[in-house]
Amino acid sequence: MVTEAQVWDALSEIPDPEIPVVSLVDLGVVREVNVADGQVHVDFTPTFLGCPALEVMRDAMAERIRALGAEPQINVCLDDSWSTDRITPAGREKLRASGFAPPAPREAAAPTLVQLQSNAHRCPYCGSTETRLENIFGPTPCRSLRYCATCRQPFEQFKTI
Amino acid sequence: MDEKVQNTLLEIADDELILGWRDSEWTGIAPLLEEDVAFSSIAQNEIGHARALYELVARERGITADELAFDRDPADYRCAQIVELRLLDWEKAIARHVLYEAADARRLERLKASGDAEIAGLAAKIDREEIYHRMHAQMWHDRLQHEPRYTAALADLRPLLDKRGEHTAELAELWEEMTMVRRSQPAGTKW
Repeated sequence: MVTEAQVWDALSEIPDPEIPVVSLVDLGVVREVNVADGQVHVDFTPTFLGCPALEVMRDAMAERIRALGAEPQINVCLDDSWSTDRITPAGREKLRASGFAPPAPREAAAPTLVQLQSNAHRCPYCGSTETRLENIFGPTPCRSLRYCATCRQPFEQFKTI
Repeated sequence: MDEKVQNTLLEIADDELILGWRDSEWTGIAPLLEEDVAFSSIAQNEIGHARALYELVARERGITADELAFDRDPADYRCAQIVELRLLDWEKAIARHVLYEAADARRLERLKASGDAEIAGLAAKIDREEIYHRMHAQMWHDRLQHEPRYTAALADLRPLLDKRGEHTAELAELWEEMTMVRRSQPAGTKW
């Protein structure tokens, strides 16, 4: 009989399809795991709604759960329960170490253009805060592009949502 | 979910799908590489929002989101005329972007207050992403606000925000392209 802890362990080994340095558990997209009568029920919250990685994530979770000998039930929650604050401290550190600036913590009010342009955003390579916004958008919906004036390195910044 | 609510969701979903399609037309031809990236990303988000909204309605009707997105007659789409137009002049595309994002923000605020927790939750999730579209629109508005061609485009396009029910000829053209591959196989084909 599979346990919830075993399921969490298995899910924590699934890399994010687009940023494989972090796992689905690091990203905080697995909201709940319940095991009952040989069925594993997972509540999964997408990050960005248009993210093409969602289907891949869902299939990968189902496959891992089947490999544990249980029947997966992946419930996709289209509610507002995921934000970038759900990324774990370990996940944030893995992002930074691989050159992705982790998202700034959410504030009470929604992020603004002025904040993106003027707040201190730290370069994940050299740690300088002398960085500027190059593009609100980037190669995937979850990222912005910034440039570090100190080490002259462009880098990707996880958007705060 | 009653018929009226379903139709409101379809209105938003159709706007997002059709605008996403039009935004994607800038991929590779925008005046700056940064804008190729921006409009491609915005298009991807909008189509993602459309899909999530279609899924809510599709579940009520016992059909799929794809069937709602692609298998209706163009006359049955509920989108506003402003999203239908093929606008390949930069100032017009930005004017539409600015007008649409402002109207969409007001609509999402109303939806976030819905008594249906599922609808309110999805609206809040969509709005988190739309914040970045609004920032992008604001950035371009600030740059272009004194340009006569831009202000003329704002004035021309503003009335089309609320024009629904009747469609421009451009929607039918877009629909032909959008559904061409899907229609090339019999209905019910598993892709």
